[in-house]
Amino acid sequence: MRGYLRRRLLHVVPVAFGVVTVVFFLLHLLPGDPVEIMLGESAVPALKEELRRELHLDRPVHVQYAEFLAGLPRGDLGVSFRSREPVAREIARRFPATLLLASASIAVAILVALPLGVLAATRKGKAADYLSGAAAMLSLSIPNFLLGPLLVLVFSVQLGLLPVSGYGTARHLVLPAATLGTGMAALMMRMIRATLLEELRKEYVTAATARGLSHRAAVALHALRNALVPVATVLGLSFGAVLAGSVIAETIFSWPGIGRLLIQAIDARDYPLVQGCVLVIALCTVLVNLATDLLCARLDPRIRYE
Amino acid sequence: MNEPPRRAALLRRTARHRGAAAGLAVLAVLVLAALFAPVLAPCDPYAQLLDEGLSGPGGTHWLGQDKFGRDVLSRLIHGARLSLAVGIGTVSLSLAIGLLAGSLAGFLGGWTDRVFTSACDVLLAFPGILLAIGIAAVRGPSFGNVLFALSVLGWVGYARVIRAQVLKVKAMEFVESARAVGAPPSRMLLTHILPNALSPILVEATFGISRAIVAEAGLSFLGLGVAAPAASWGSMIGEGRHFLFVAPHLVTAPGAAILLTVMAFNFVGDGLRDALDVRDDGR
Repeated sequence: MRGYLRRRLLHVVPVAFGVVTVVFFLLHLLPGDPVEIMLGESAVPALKEELRRELHLDRPVHVQYAEFLAGLPRGDLGVSFRSREPVAREIARRFPATLLLASASIAVAILVALPLGVLAATRKGKAADYLSGAAAMLSLSIPNFLLGPLLVLVFSVQLGLLPVSGYGTARHLVLPAATLGTGMAALMMRMIRATLLEELRKEYVTAATARGLSHRAAVALHALRNALVPVATVLGLSFGAVLAGSVIAETIFSWPGIGRLLIQAIDARDYPLVQGCVLVIALCTVLVNLATDLLCARLDPRIRYE
Repeated sequence: MNEPPRRAALLRRTARHRGAAAGLAVLAVLVLAALFAPVLAPCDPYAQLLDEGLSGPGGTHWLGQDKFGRDVLSRLIHGARLSLAVGIGTVSLSLAIGLLAGSLAGFLGGWTDRVFTSACDVLLAFPGILLAIGIAAVRGPSFGNVLFALSVLGWVGYARVIRAQVLKVKAMEFVESARAVGAPPSRMLLTHILPNALSPILVEATFGISRAIVAEAGLSFLGLGVAAPAASWGSMIGEGRHFLFVAPHLVTAPGAAILLTVMAFNFVGDGLRDALDVRDDGR
């Protein structure tokens, strides 16, 4: 396991470095003067110069890049143009809300996908299989910027069961988590169905039932356990998509997380904050992918020797 | 590897897939609507009738009017043009880059392949449309910027599939034979390897168009897509969601258009995958 860990870390470090580099140059090398975009073309030249100095944009790009890299180990992501607070502090304040939403979405996805996936696999070719397959196709096709308002329309406007937006109680969490979790549930359901069908065809399941184990017990105790390794991979890899999706879900439901912070930063043309949010979301994705790989290698020793 | 089916046979096999046939029918209607939008749209999609803002479906405005009194159906029909243009434009641009990068990485191998793989790993670390949001935020809303923002990441998927296919086909006997008779590398790549590596790309591109349409609509929903007042399905939902209590049709009409289009492309993609017997290798 140690060798595998070393190999994965050696892979992750350059990727993380590449992510930092892309995010930095995203702001600094694309056409257009960020200062002019922030203040407008007609701003007083002295004001532009002052802001340029403040954001260190008056220095050569390679010096700015070196400063940016040097600041990262200290957690220095620059200063927000809007609030004049350190970007890292603003993000740290909003991060727990996003983490809560992401965790709730994953919980929704598991709670929906696991029973439906098992049902579809064990009833292959029957009505339950076709119905859950159709539901999965619909869920995969519906974008979250459409699903969110539709859920609000049904559960808030028509039925009056849940709040339209906001933060603070479990009721506020239901609609945003369902919006983010639905697509992932569909993906997981398909994956559970496919991997479980493959496992059910293997001889150890027949052997287990031949030993007197009921079919249900053979599925639950043996086949499902083995089928869950690829599902764990999908779950981990979906976490990044959930973080990215949170930008839209948090905007719809006024959820005070990092996704909404990013959109607020874009509206305020607060580029240091935009840069910080994109960087933190991307680096979190890299770390979660690493954790997923390590978890899967622990669950399935064959992975370590590939 | 299966021999790639000829075009007519491929179309027949795809159309035999019930979902794909339905998808193709929906897409045909969509393309016709987009092509003849100025003729088909009952009103000018930009004409404002402020007194009639947020009116429900009925009368001359079959799908109602938005907050500025603009005809929703006309904006929906013109929005089809934009969605298809973004979908096809993004896939074309991404495919061109992906084809070049993936085939060179797979064919040349060595450090070219290592640089390619590292670049892919870095770009794939950006989840969903996050990178596109960042680029669109810096460059501002416009059609060209949306294409650029979506293609920056869009090419990676195609390039990886092409690289995997090139690696597979390159090891086949007929390529070895071509090399043995002294075919130059460029001819081997262009006439022997690539034509035999393109089937999975057709499937990937079909799904890619629907992904690009959704991504554009997502960017427009956030106000980062094409500039107002252009009719975009995403911005129609973005504007309409503020009036869910009084005018839900402003969300449901463009929402249905997006859902129908995405499902149509997904069904056609599924049908093509079955017809070509493509497996998801290399991704």
